Amino acid sequence: MSTTGTPAAGSTSPDFTIDPGSMRHLAQAQVNVELDTGDMILNLGPQHPATHGTLRLVVRLDGERVISADPIIGYMHRGYEKITEFRTYPQVTTLINRIDWLSSFANEVPFVSAAEKLMDIEAPPRAQYIRTILTELSRIATFLLFLGEMGLQVGALTPAFYGFRDREHILNLIESATGGRFHPNFNRIGGLKDDLPWGWLAEARSAMQVVFDACDTFENLVLGNEIFAARCKGIGIIPAKLGVAYGVSGSNLRASGVDWDLRRDGDPYLVYPELDFKVWTHPDGDSFSRYFVRLQETRESARMVLQCLDAIPAGPVMTKVPLIIKVPAGEVWVENENPLGQMGYYVVSKGGTGPFRVKIRSASFSNISILPWLLQGVYVPDVVTILAGLYFILGDIDR
Amino acid sequence: MMLALEIGWGTTLAIKTLVVLTIIPLGALILGYTFLLKMMSHMQSRLGPMDPGGFHGWFQLVGDGLKFLQKEDIMPAQADRKVFAMAPAVVVLSTFLIFAVIPMGPDLVVENLDVGIFYALAVSSLSVVGVLMAGWSSANKFALLSALRSAAQLIAYELPLLLATVGVIIQAGTLNLQEIVLAQQNGAIFGWSGIGDPFILTQFVGFTLFLVAAQAELSQTPFDMPVAESELVSGYMVEYTGFRFLFFFIGEFGTAFAFAAIAATLFLGGWSIPGVTGDMANILGPFVLFAKLMAVAFLMFWVRFTYPRLREDQLQSLAWKVLIPIGLINILITGILKVAI
Amino acid sequence: MSWPNAGGGRRSPLPDETTTPTETPGVEEVAVVPVSANAQEILNLINSELGAGVIEAIPLFSDVVVRVRPEAWRQAAEVARDKLACDYITFVSGIDWMPAPKEEGAEADGDTSTPAQPTEMTPGAAGAAGRFQVFAHVQSTTRHWGITFKADLDENDPHIESWVSVYPGADWHERECAEMFGFKFDGHPNLRLLYLPAAFEGHPLRKDFPLLARVVKPWPGIVNVEGMPESDSPEPDSPAAATTENPGA
Repeated sequence: MSTTGTPAAGSTSPDFTIDPGSMRHLAQAQVNVELDTGDMILNLGPQHPATHGTLRLVVRLDGERVISADPIIGYMHRGYEKITEFRTYPQVTTLINRIDWLSSFANEVPFVSAAEKLMDIEAPPRAQYIRTILTELSRIATFLLFLGEMGLQVGALTPAFYGFRDREHILNLIESATGGRFHPNFNRIGGLKDDLPWGWLAEARSAMQVVFDACDTFENLVLGNEIFAARCKGIGIIPAKLGVAYGVSGSNLRASGVDWDLRRDGDPYLVYPELDFKVWTHPDGDSFSRYFVRLQETRESARMVLQCLDAIPAGPVMTKVPLIIKVPAGEVWVENENPLGQMGYYVVSKGGTGPFRVKIRSASFSNISILPWLLQGVYVPDVVTILAGLYFILGDIDR
Repeated sequence: MMLALEIGWGTTLAIKTLVVLTIIPLGALILGYTFLLKMMSHMQSRLGPMDPGGFHGWFQLVGDGLKFLQKEDIMPAQADRKVFAMAPAVVVLSTFLIFAVIPMGPDLVVENLDVGIFYALAVSSLSVVGVLMAGWSSANKFALLSALRSAAQLIAYELPLLLATVGVIIQAGTLNLQEIVLAQQNGAIFGWSGIGDPFILTQFVGFTLFLVAAQAELSQTPFDMPVAESELVSGYMVEYTGFRFLFFFIGEFGTAFAFAAIAATLFLGGWSIPGVTGDMANILGPFVLFAKLMAVAFLMFWVRFTYPRLREDQLQSLAWKVLIPIGLINILITGILKVAI
Repeated sequence: MSWPNAGGGRRSPLPDETTTPTETPGVEEVAVVPVSANAQEILNLINSELGAGVIEAIPLFSDVVVRVRPEAWRQAAEVARDKLACDYITFVSGIDWMPAPKEEGAEADGDTSTPAQPTEMTPGAAGAAGRFQVFAHVQSTTRHWGITFKADLDENDPHIESWVSVYPGADWHERECAEMFGFKFDGHPNLRLLYLPAAFEGHPLRKDFPLLARVVKPWPGIVNVEGMPESDSPEPDSPAAATTENPGA
C-alpha cells in the first residue's frame, strides 16, 4: 500500500519513488491523452427516425465524422423462407405481401409468375395488363413517399406532407381495385382475383395527372433547392463497378450510371415489352442522382400506366386452373424490377401443393449491404442523407 | 407627458415585470398558433390542426398545452438532476431578458438602456448556456452532440448578427433602441423625409444578414442542426417531457418573437408610423410594433417551413466566408456614406 | 405531356444472338429464342473454362444451372465474373434436400391447407449428391443473362470456399446462409450471426428444424377454413361473366 496519499490507482506499484524525468514523461503522456479525443460509439436505431423502422447502425464517431459503421439487422426477421415451406402456394402470396410493404403488389407478381412458369400456364392478357398497371402504381406510391421522405430527412418538413398527400390518390386506386391499401393479395396463380371496378380506368387516368403535378412540385421544391443540392451532391457516391459487385440494384444502381432495368433487359414479363419507356440513369452515383433517377422513374411509371390504360384489352382475368393447385416438380428463378430494386424468387417444387424451398431475394438486403463501405468518413448528417437516398424498407431487408 | 404618472419605483417594477412575464409567453403562443399551427398547416395541406374545436381548429393549441401538462415528468437515471432541471429555465430566462429593452411607444419601454441593442444581443446568447446544460446533463449522446453543435453555431452566428446591426448603429449614431426608432421616424432618405427613414431601405443588406443570422441563432431551418429531428431526434430536448419540454417550446417561440421585435425595431421603424406622434403613438405603438413584428416573423417561418437543413460545416463556411465579409463591406459602405453625406 | 423516347422498348443484347436459334434439350417453351441462344453460349463457355469442375450444366427456363465440384466453387465465381461478364451477385444461399419429418396431424382428413411434404429425397435440377447444397445466382448487367451455380456439401461437415473476395456482395448472403444452414464459408472475413440472436441454437432452414409455431399449435387448417365446394365445379367464375364487366376496355 502506498502511503503517499495518492488515489487508489497508485496502489498497484508499492514502490513509489518519484523520478523527475519520468514525471515529465507522464506529463507529456497526459497532454497526448487530452489532445487525442476518444471515439464515441453512437447507436443509430433500432428506434431512430432515419432508419425507417428497426435498422440499427453502430457508428463509431470521431467528433461528427464516422470512422466505421456496422449495420445490425434482424430485429424484424420473420423467417419467411421457412414459413413458405409450410404453406400452400396460394397462401404464400399473403406472406410475401409483407416483405416490401410499400409496394406489396409488386412482391406478389414474381412469385405468382414463378408458379405459373412451373405449371406452364399464363395469365390472360387483361390480367397481365392489370398486373402491370398495379405494379406501376405500387412503384409510384413507393417513390412518391421517397420523394417526400428524402426532403424530410434532409430537414425540409413540407415535401413529406406533399408526398403522403399525393400518394393517397394512388392508394385509393389500389384499394378500389384490390380491396387493400397496403396488402392487396390480389394475384392468383393464373390471373387475378377480380376484374377492375366500373369507372376505375377514368379514375386512374386523372390520378396520373396528379402524379405528374406532384413530380413537378418535387422538382421545384426539393431537387431545385440549393441547400438540397449542397447536402446531397457528392455524398454517398457508389462507384458503378462496386455497386454491381455488391448486388446493389434498381434505381440505386441506375443512379450510378449502370443502364440496367429488368423491365427492359430481363426476361420479358408482364406487358413491358409492349410499352414505350425510357430507362433513366445518372452518371454521378450520389444521393442527389438517386433522387433524380427516382423522380424521373415516377414520371415514366405514370406514362406506362397511361399507355396500359389505352391498350388494355377486354377478356377474362383468370385462366383455368385446378381447384387445388399442385405445381409440378421443378425449379425456377424469376426476377422482377421492383420499386426498390431487383426482387426474385428461386422456387423449388416437389410436385406438392406447397413449395419445397423458396429463396427470397429482396432488393434492400443487398442495397444496404454496401453501407459499411459507404459510410466510412462521412459526417453524421450525411449518414441520414445516405440512408434516405438508398431507400430501403425494413421488411425487405429482414424478410 | 400624460402617461408619466407619479408612481413609486416598487409599483413600476411590478408592472414592468408583469409586462415582460406576460408578453413573452403570450407572444410565443401567438407565434405558435399563427405560424406553426395555421400557416404551416395551410402550406403543408395538413388536416389535423384545422380540426379540433370546430372553428378553424382553435382548440389545438390549448389541447397541446394540456397534453404537455399532463405528461409525466421523466428524468433519465444517469442525468445530472440539478442541471437538468435548471436548463429549461435558463433558456426561457434569456428570452425574458431580451424583451426588457424593446420600446413599444415613445414612453412605453421597460428599461430604456443606453446600450440597448448591445444588451439585447448579449442576453440572447445566454440561451445557449441553457442548451449546453440540457445537452450535457441529459446523459444522452444525441443531446450532447446537439449541444456542441449549438455552441459551435453560436460562435459562428453572433458575429454576422452583430455586424448586421452595426450598419444601423452607424446610421442612427446610437445604441439606444428608443433613439434608433426616433432616428428612423425623423430621418430622411437622401433628403426626402416623407416616410422617415426605415432602415430596411438604406440597410437592406443588413436586414437580410440579420434575418439569416437570427435564423441560425434561433436554430430554425435551414440552420436547425442542433434540433435536427431526423438525425439527432430533437437533440438537446430529447430527454425532456411534459412541462419542461413546454419551457423549451416557449423559449423557442418566445425568442423568435423577441428577435422579430428587434428586427422590426432596428429596420422597420419599431412602433413608429408616419404622421403619428405623442400620446397617439403611445396608444398605437404596441399594435404597430406587433404588426411589423408579425411581418418579420412571417418571413422567418416561411423560410423555416420551406428549406432543407444545411450541414454543420456548410453553416460555418457560409458564416465565415459569405456573411461576415458581406457584413464588413456593408459597414464600410455605410461608414463612407455617413461621413460623405 | 410528351416525353423523349430514348432507349424505349426491349433491347436485344447482341446482334448475332437473335439469329441463331439452337435446339437445346430441356429448354421450356416459355424461354424465348434469344435467351436460349444465350444459354447455349453460357454452356459452351462454362464447359470450356471450368472443364472438369463442371458436373452437370443444364438450361433452365431462361437461365442456366451449373453444378460444380465443391473444389471448383470459387473458381466458378471467378470464371463467371471474368469470362462470362457476370459482374452482379444476386444471392448465395443453401438448400436442404432432405424431406422434413412428417408432422402429427398434417394432411389429416383431407386438410388441403397444409401442403403435402415429399417423403423421399429427390435431387433438383442438375442433380445433387447428398443432403446439402449451396447455390448462388450471378448475373450480367451488360449481357443480361444469369447463371445459377450449385455445389454439393458434405453432410457432416458442410463447408465451402467463400465468394467474398470475388463478389464483396456475397458477404451478408454467406453470413445468412451460414446461420440458417450451418454451412462454413472458408475465407469469409467475418462470419458472425446476421439475423439470429447470439444465444440461438440450431439452424432454422434445415428441414429437420421444426417450425415451432406449428408444433405448439397446429395450423388451424380445416378448423377455421370453410368447407371446400364440391369438386364438380372445379373452375373459378366463368370467363364470360368477367368479360361483361369490363367498363374501360
